[in-house]
Amino acid sequence: MSASPAQAELAPGAYEYDQSLTLDESPATRPPLVLGAKNFHDITEQVSDIVERRTPRPWVLLLVAAISLFLVLQGSLYRLVTTGIGEWGNNSPVGWAWDITGFVFWIGIGHAGTLISAILFLFRQKWRTSINRAAEAMTLFAVACALIYPVFHVGRPWLAYWLFPLPNQMTMWVNFRSPLMWDVFAVNTYGTVSLLFWFTGLVPDVAMLRDRAVTRGRQIVYGILSFGWRGSHRNWLNYEKAYLILAGISTPLVLSVHTVVSMDFATSVIPGWHTTIFPPYFVAGAVYSGFAMVMTLMLMARRAYRLDNLITIRHIENMNKIILATGAMVSYSYIMEFFIAYYSNDPYERFHFINREFGPMWWAGWTMFTCNALIPHLFWFKRIRRSILASFIISIFVNIGMWFERFVIIVSSLYRDYLPSAWGYFHPRLVDITTFGGTFGLFFSLFLLFSRYLPMIAASEIKGVMPEANPHAHDPTGEHATHGPDLLEAAHVRT
Amino acid sequence: MSAPDALLAGADATPPPPWGLVGFVETAPHIYRTCEALRDAGYKKFDAHTPFPVHGLEHAMGLKPSRLPWIVLVCGTLGALSALAMMIWMNVIDYPMNIGGKPFLTIPSYVPITFELTILFSAIGTFFGNWGLSKLPRYYDPVMRHSSFHRATDDRFFVSVEAADPNFELARTRALLENLGVKDVEEVAP
Repeated sequence: MSASPAQAELAPGAYEYDQSLTLDESPATRPPLVLGAKNFHDITEQVSDIVERRTPRPWVLLLVAAISLFLVLQGSLYRLVTTGIGEWGNNSPVGWAWDITGFVFWIGIGHAGTLISAILFLFRQKWRTSINRAAEAMTLFAVACALIYPVFHVGRPWLAYWLFPLPNQMTMWVNFRSPLMWDVFAVNTYGTVSLLFWFTGLVPDVAMLRDRAVTRGRQIVYGILSFGWRGSHRNWLNYEKAYLILAGISTPLVLSVHTVVSMDFATSVIPGWHTTIFPPYFVAGAVYSGFAMVMTLMLMARRAYRLDNLITIRHIENMNKIILATGAMVSYSYIMEFFIAYYSNDPYERFHFINREFGPMWWAGWTMFTCNALIPHLFWFKRIRRSILASFIISIFVNIGMWFERFVIIVSSLYRDYLPSAWGYFHPRLVDITTFGGTFGLFFSLFLLFSRYLPMIAASEIKGVMPEANPHAHDPTGEHATHGPDLLEAAHVRT
Repeated sequence: MSAPDALLAGADATPPPPWGLVGFVETAPHIYRTCEALRDAGYKKFDAHTPFPVHGLEHAMGLKPSRLPWIVLVCGTLGALSALAMMIWMNVIDYPMNIGGKPFLTIPSYVPITFELTILFSAIGTFFGNWGLSKLPRYYDPVMRHSSFHRATDDRFFVSVEAADPNFELARTRALLENLGVKDVEEVAP
C-alpha cells in the first residue's frame, strides 16, 4: 500500500488509551467509555462472539430453568381460564390484587429501557450505548409480561379484542372517558413504539452479524432482518434522523404511559388512590424499578459474557446515581402522601395512611418503605455506588420494594375503605403466586434467547462514541473544511 | 468481470461498463477528507459506507438534510385528527351513552388517547419513512460486489463512485481515489 500524505498523518496507534487511566469522573479528563486498547474490529469481535460462540452450557441450563418456569405460567393460566378468575384470590372488597400489581410492576420495569434509549440519548449521555440495547429488549419483554394480566383478567381472553373500538353486532362503542380505555391505547402504543425503536437500532448490528455469518441459516435469517443494510451514509442520514425522532417521541410517551397507568387509580374516589401526586410519583417509581432491573440483568450479563471493558464501573456508578435520584423522588412522594393525608383533614385519607403502616398489612407497608425509601440511600456513599456486590444486592431490594409498592397501593387501599362493615382482607391463592412467578419465566426465556441470537450490545453505537470515531480527531487547527481542497489539489497535481 | 460472464456476453462483445468504483480507507478522518475531496471535485453520485454514522459526513458529502421530519409531521397530525374524529364520532354522534350524567363531548378526557395516537402514527411514519427514504429493504446492491465489502459493517470505511455520475471517467476517477489514499479500488459490475 502506498503511503499518501493523508495516511502518514493518521498513524495507527495514535488513539491508544493510557491503560492506567482512572475511571474517576472529572470534567477536565473524561474517562474512556470503552476500556482496553480496543479498536473497531475488537468491538465487532466481542459483540459477535456472544452470538457466534459454541452454545455455553450454563446458558442451556438457565434456558431450561426459565422455560420450565414459563410452563408454570402456562399451566396457571390454563387453570385460571378453565376454572375462573376466582382462582386468583381477588374477591370483594379487593377486586384488584396481584394481577394489577404484576401489570404495573412489569410496565414500570419497561420504563428504564425507554429512559436509557430515548431520554439519555436526548441528553447526549454517551455511556448509554453499552446498555441501551439490552435495556430496550428488557422493555419489550416486560411489556409482554405485563400484557398477560389485563388480557387474562378479562376472564375470557379470547374476547380481549373487545377492548378495542371495533364494529360489533350491538353497534356499541367503547367508552373513551374511562381511564382503563386510555390505558389500552397507552400500553399498546408503548409496546409498538418500543418494538419499532428496538428493531431500528438492531438493523446495523444485525447487518454486522450477516456479514460475518458462516452458516446458511444465519446468512438467510440475519440477511432478512438486516434489510440489506450496507452502511451507506445516505441511509445513515435518514437513520439518524429517525433515531432522533423516535427518541423525541418516546420521551413524552414513556412519561404518559405511567401517567395513564396512575390515572387508573387516581381518577377513582378510593382513599389512597385519589391523589394528584400519582402521575409524577408513578413515573419516578417506574424508572426507579426499571433501572434496578437493568442493573440486576446487566451485572449478570457482564459476569457471564465478560463485558467488563464495555460495562465499566463508571456505567454502574452512573446507573446507581439514577437509581439514587429516582429513589429520592419516590421517598419524597411517600413522605408527601403522608403529609397531604394529615394536611387534608380528610378522615378517610388519614385513616388509610395510618392503616397502611400500622394496620393488619403493616408488613407490606414497611417492606415497601424500607426497600424503596431507606436502602437505596446507601448510594449516597461513593464506595457503595462503585461496589458491584452492593449494587447487585441493592438492585434486588429495589425490585422487591417496587413490587410491594404496587401491592400496598392497590390492596391496602381496597381492603379497608369507607364502610367498616365492607372491610375485608386479601390472601393470595396458589395460582396468584405461580402466575407471577411464571411471568419471570417468560421474561428470562425471552431475554436468554435474545442474548444468544441477537447483538445484545449496540456495536455500531459503541464504535461511534470511541475517540477514533471522531472525523476531526487529527485536525490540529480544527478547520477541517480546508482539508478537502488541499488534498484534492495534491491529488490532481499527481494525477 | 469474471470469465463465464464474458462468455455469456459473447466473445466479440465489449464488456459492459462497470457500475462504478469501490474502495476503502481505514479511519474516520480519512473517509471524511475523501468525501470532501470528491464533493469538491464535483462528484454527486458517490457514497460512503461506514460501520457507524461518521459525525457530519453529510456536510463533507454535500448532502441535504433528511426529509423524514416532514413525513413524521404529516403522520403525527393525521394521528391526532383521526383520534379526535374517532372518539367524537363514536361517543358523541353514533352512539352517545349517558354515563353518570356526564356531558357527551368531554374534550379533556379525549386528551390521553389523542396524545397516544399522535405518538403511534408518528412512530409508524418514522419507521416506514426511514426505510422508504433509504430504499430499504433491498436484496442487492452493486457495492456488495467489492471483495472486502463485508468489513463495511466492521471496521472499514468504504467509498463508492457511480459510473452514472457525469464527472465519472474510469481512469481519472480511479487515479483520484488512489491518490486520496483509497485502497483496493475495484470496478464493480452492476
